[in-house]
Amino acid sequence: MTLVSQLARSRAVAALTSPHGVDHYLSRVNPMWAAHEVRGRVVAVHRETDTPGAPVATLTVQPTATWRGHLAGQYVQVGLDLPGSARRMTRCFSISSAASGAGEEFTLTVRAHAEGQVSKYLVDAEPGQLLHLSQAQGDFTLPVSPATPGIDPLLFITGGSGITPAMSMVRTLLRDGYEGRAGRPVTFLHHARSAEDQIFAEELADIAAADNDVAVHLRHGDAVFNELELRRLVPGFRDTDTWACGPAGMIELVRAAYADSPRLRLELFKPPTTSSGAAEGDLTFAATDRQVANTGASILEQAEEAGLSPVFGCRMGICFSCTTRKSEGTVRNVLSGAESSLPDEDIQICVSAPVGDCVVDL
Amino acid sequence: MTTPTTTQDQKLTPDQLEAFGAEMDALRQRVLADLGDADADYIRTVVKRQQQLEVLGRALFYLPPAWPLAVAALSLSKILENMEIGHNVMHGQYDWMGDPHLSSRVYEWDNVCPSEQWKYSHNYIHHTFTNILGKDRDIGYGILRMDEDQEWHPYYLGNPVYAFLLMVFFEWGVAMHDLEVENIVRGTRKMEDNKALHAGIMRKVRRQALKDYVLFPALTGPLFPLTLAGNATANLVRNVWAFNIIFCGHFPAGAETFSEAECADGSDGKETRGHWYYRQVLGSANISGGRLFHVLSGNLSHQIEHHLFPDLPARRYPQIAGEVREICERYGIAYTTGPLRRQLGSVARKICRLALPDRTSPQPGERDAVRPLAA
Repeated sequence: MTLVSQLARSRAVAALTSPHGVDHYLSRVNPMWAAHEVRGRVVAVHRETDTPGAPVATLTVQPTATWRGHLAGQYVQVGLDLPGSARRMTRCFSISSAASGAGEEFTLTVRAHAEGQVSKYLVDAEPGQLLHLSQAQGDFTLPVSPATPGIDPLLFITGGSGITPAMSMVRTLLRDGYEGRAGRPVTFLHHARSAEDQIFAEELADIAAADNDVAVHLRHGDAVFNELELRRLVPGFRDTDTWACGPAGMIELVRAAYADSPRLRLELFKPPTTSSGAAEGDLTFAATDRQVANTGASILEQAEEAGLSPVFGCRMGICFSCTTRKSEGTVRNVLSGAESSLPDEDIQICVSAPVGDCVVDL
Repeated sequence: MTTPTTTQDQKLTPDQLEAFGAEMDALRQRVLADLGDADADYIRTVVKRQQQLEVLGRALFYLPPAWPLAVAALSLSKILENMEIGHNVMHGQYDWMGDPHLSSRVYEWDNVCPSEQWKYSHNYIHHTFTNILGKDRDIGYGILRMDEDQEWHPYYLGNPVYAFLLMVFFEWGVAMHDLEVENIVRGTRKMEDNKALHAGIMRKVRRQALKDYVLFPALTGPLFPLTLAGNATANLVRNVWAFNIIFCGHFPAGAETFSEAECADGSDGKETRGHWYYRQVLGSANISGGRLFHVLSGNLSHQIEHHLFPDLPARRYPQIAGEVREICERYGIAYTTGPLRRQLGSVARKICRLALPDRTSPQPGERDAVRPLAA
């Protein structure tokens, strides 16, 4: 197998299969054969909660041999060919299982959002479903492991489905630690809407009950994050390595509590922005780190106004020279009037105008 | 339908142009809203067939008696890949699917011309400035005289010879197209301007040549010369086919050229959308034929529909052709079409006729006054 995969990745095979690449042919025979690309098959689906309107499920994914593994806390881009529309939707999901090695199974824990076509589909996915994956990405990770001993305490503050990266970290610590112990004091503070909506409830109860250095504090209902409570649980929290992940409102409170402490690492789950129909909001050029107030003109014109020089051609939507990745926000096609709010979408910036906040890769 | 007369006679009023443009926009919207599984299944099936033909062709070279079959399979594969897949994918026709293998940003085709450069010269220059003399470099590709308004020069006595050579070496001609050699000769472009392009072309040429002329022949061991000849023949067949389809798309009698002044009809001195559509129809010509012929031409046999809507999936062109033609007839806009043999003859005659100086200096608006093909 290694000989075959080494051959498949060789320069000779790349030259023979140029310009399309060997994966173009391999995937035709078996979608789980790959030399460079990463795909995965859902092998099991486990319902975590049945919260009305927002159920949660954990999917066990067997990736292709090209998967390089993941660090606890990382996420993966999941592309799904939605039946009916023929459109491949790509979304990011945090990995909830402990750190994986090359080619090893991992789990994604997904909450179905009312507007989320991908998440709604995944929660009810059947085993066998094919997923188009990226390698694991993101630097919201746990740099310490039981193999690098230390006694510094660790703190995880999470809300809702923001629990997934922290769960991956705690699972990694307990799996790799000596006799199932984290080896250092770990505090896990999590907020869920209700006890019924608590993801990983049983496992968290087991972790809390065991003698493993991990203290679990679950808060349900209206109890939002508050600084006084955190100070009581972890008196020196600002000097404690902290990972916080959750909805924007919670993250703002955590950020305020930590002032500018460098010990705080954040991951924000952004809800999709909805369009308002008027020329408002900000247009952000992510690659050059610039932001302008949206004037309602095409993104190409606004970028040029801001002093950028994006590639363009016809300026009338036919030649696709200006195609650019829009990572967030809603755009309106000025020719058809159609609006699109898909994240990570390729758009023609000469005929797309932002509707509200919008982030493009310029 | 009455035989259309010259362009000048049927110039549309600004209001008519606007209404014509609105009808075309509406047609486009209707197709866009209907894109879905059928289009995705179609292009994926074409890719699958193309890959099967390619593998079959490469494999049959191991059986010397099957050499003609191998060449046929590989030629078909290359034609499908360049025309129905490559050309159309690079137009962004399938970008809506979100599949990186069918994305105009990512796709690289089996041709010595790098897709990046092709997208500039074709999608932008040719499709935006279709048949505008002095702007659309696809008129004669900088080598040929394809229009009376291109001034005659003794150089053009070789017109038929240049056309023949361009046909045989078409993919190389396409690759060199962006270098604008004719403008360098004329002194309006500097050699330095081509530096960046050279590197890209050479990289692509090396890859294509290594694959077709070294590695695959070498893999067949003692059959090296046969495989090499077979691969070269497949590339030649693709070149001849693509050249003929493309030349029948813009140069048969009936297809018109425009001056820059004609294309500044808007109040701001720019071209209106209606006139842009109008020009796309008049600057293009269709080729009639069967379903397989349309697929092998990459549906460029529907050059008119392709030029009106270059980013709609090409399988839609035959479906909307009837409606496009009906709209054009209502506005009195000539819709040129004919079978391949007739269009080829028309193009060949034009190439030969324009090799010689014009017998009478053409009156404005009288070029191509005789247009028996506008059926």
